Amino acid sequence: MATTAEKIIGTQPDDRGHFGVYGGLFVAETLMEPLKDLRLAYEEYMQDPEFLKELDEDLANYVGRPSPIYFAQRWSRELGGARIYLKREDLNHTGAHKVNNTIGQALLAKRMGKTRIIAETGAGQHGVATATVAARLGLECVVYMGAVDIVRQEANVYRMKLLGAEIRSVESGSKTLKDALNEAMRDWVTNIDDTFYIIGTVAGPHPYPAMVRDFQTVIGREAREQIQLQAGRLPDALVACVGGGSNAIGLFYPFLDDAAVDIYGVEAAGDGLETGHHAAPLCAGQPGVLHGNRTYLMEDKDGQIIETHSISAGLDYPGVGPEHAWLKDTGRAQYVAITDEEALDAFHALTKIEGIIPALESSHALAYAAKLAPTMESDKIILVNLSGRGDKDMHTVAAREGIEI
Amino acid sequence: MSRIGQKFSDLREQGKTALIPFITAGDPTPGITVGLMHDMVSAGANLIELGVPFSDPMADGPVIQRASERALEHHVSLHDVLQMVQTFREKDQNTPVILMGYLNPIEVMGYATFAEAASAAGVDGVLIVDIPPEEGEDLLQSLREKAIDQIYLLAPTSIPDRIGQICNVASGFVYYVSVKGVTGSSQLDTAAVAEKLEQIREKTALPVGVGFGIKDAATAAAVSQLADAVVVGSALVSRVEALRETPDEIGPALAEILSGMRRAMDAVH
Repeated sequence: MATTAEKIIGTQPDDRGHFGVYGGLFVAETLMEPLKDLRLAYEEYMQDPEFLKELDEDLANYVGRPSPIYFAQRWSRELGGARIYLKREDLNHTGAHKVNNTIGQALLAKRMGKTRIIAETGAGQHGVATATVAARLGLECVVYMGAVDIVRQEANVYRMKLLGAEIRSVESGSKTLKDALNEAMRDWVTNIDDTFYIIGTVAGPHPYPAMVRDFQTVIGREAREQIQLQAGRLPDALVACVGGGSNAIGLFYPFLDDAAVDIYGVEAAGDGLETGHHAAPLCAGQPGVLHGNRTYLMEDKDGQIIETHSISAGLDYPGVGPEHAWLKDTGRAQYVAITDEEALDAFHALTKIEGIIPALESSHALAYAAKLAPTMESDKIILVNLSGRGDKDMHTVAAREGIEI
Repeated sequence: MSRIGQKFSDLREQGKTALIPFITAGDPTPGITVGLMHDMVSAGANLIELGVPFSDPMADGPVIQRASERALEHHVSLHDVLQMVQTFREKDQNTPVILMGYLNPIEVMGYATFAEAASAAGVDGVLIVDIPPEEGEDLLQSLREKAIDQIYLLAPTSIPDRIGQICNVASGFVYYVSVKGVTGSSQLDTAAVAEKLEQIREKTALPVGVGFGIKDAATAAAVSQLADAVVVGSALVSRVEALRETPDEIGPALAEILSGMRRAMDAVH
């Protein structure tokens, strides 16, 4: 077990993609060479000044980075206790952190000479972020989306179509995000020569968990500087929601060696962990192998993956990035869960008190911060990743409250 | 010599190519599987691949995905599949049985427990789609201790060095996936398969099976001229699906397909 005194940054994963016992490369043989090619390209271009310059320019001029951090003064005062700062990833182009990664992977696809992009999506945020960069780079784009999610997220489906992407409805299994990922993998294995698969989170086979993390750490790198400028010091706690875990690892990673900073990842407790209707593999699951990596999973006693529930489609996934599994076991980060109800309360609170409508995913992080703040002194600082904006969730929230839009 | 090794050696003496049918255990109902296995052997199958149902069969096409879903409606577990093999063994001690599936159900059971139970049930080989040799040392060790062959996949994307590396740990036979894609997908290119099999045979003396894309007697015959074994899956499973409401007809229908393949394969040798 690693202690917080040990250096973490730069030590994980190992050269075969392992974060401790988690991660790795669990795929069919056909994908082994293509994944090796991807790893080599990623390692090469992450050292290439030209590539990094283009990435930085796109993040600045197309995405609108750096995103600010904002001191939620009224909300903090109301909660009583620690001061809460928000990292405003909701202000990015396309409305969430997802685009940090799709920009990076699409530039990589272009360098590798791939002409066709595929992606999986749950809530549609990653699909929109992928369709967006594909449109800009003139690449063909196919997005796989579960039939159930297509109904739940009509507006995002239309956005993707406007952006020129083809949406393929996935009818297998539970017809949600995990099945969309299976289907995208099947497309990739069939069209390996011209196709680049942009995975939206820090899961999947090596090098995806490390690569997506590296593209998302811009969140934490900026935030670490910004909080020191604005508050004069590092925060006492970080809070971010965890589905697959890309926004969370993006915030956490640059702080991992700051032993005094507590780290909280917030999973979706759905109707409550005790009901079994949730999406909290770290809090209530066990280790297994799915989608190319070993990690904590929601599974039954026979090793079949079970259906998850969360009001937030973006957290509705039965696995989690392997680096989070490792951070949990080492004790460097703590993982907690927030119910649908608690997330909705935080959604309304931030909207009414700060004039910011957060995504339901991010509302889970906000809800935990609202629990944590009153337990801390008023000179303490909590930094929350506000990973996306809530416009996409209007229908879900209204329907839940019996309102027809 | 393992039952798989013995079978290939017998067939080689007879100048025959092995015919290996795949069905998913418990599809469309758990009670039917053992009978289908016997029917397939009577129709000319030499080894049997039995699919272990999994909720997320990433390497399979729609036909075999749906077979898994039908079996899982009956909650067919890895334990149940082993039970079926054990029942099959009561009447057939000669035909090798290979379990094909995904890693997670085995992870949950535990490698050593699985190897022990599989050996006791009469399983001869295990083909796990999502565990490359790099990740599979512990499992391989457990299987070797129980003399169970681990069958590895080779793909059109496997470069010669990698083929060598995989053949070094494989036993029983190696399975060449003849197309880039999932099970039951596109057309098989016999010339490309021939070329790749040459590369594989340079690296190993193990028998080489070919699968993914064997649709009918003609493709089975064509491939049997190149390979030591012909694996047929989706073509059978789609018949199971079509006849799921009249299960009594499934056995004869599979037997008809397999005996047609058997005749066509034997005719070209």
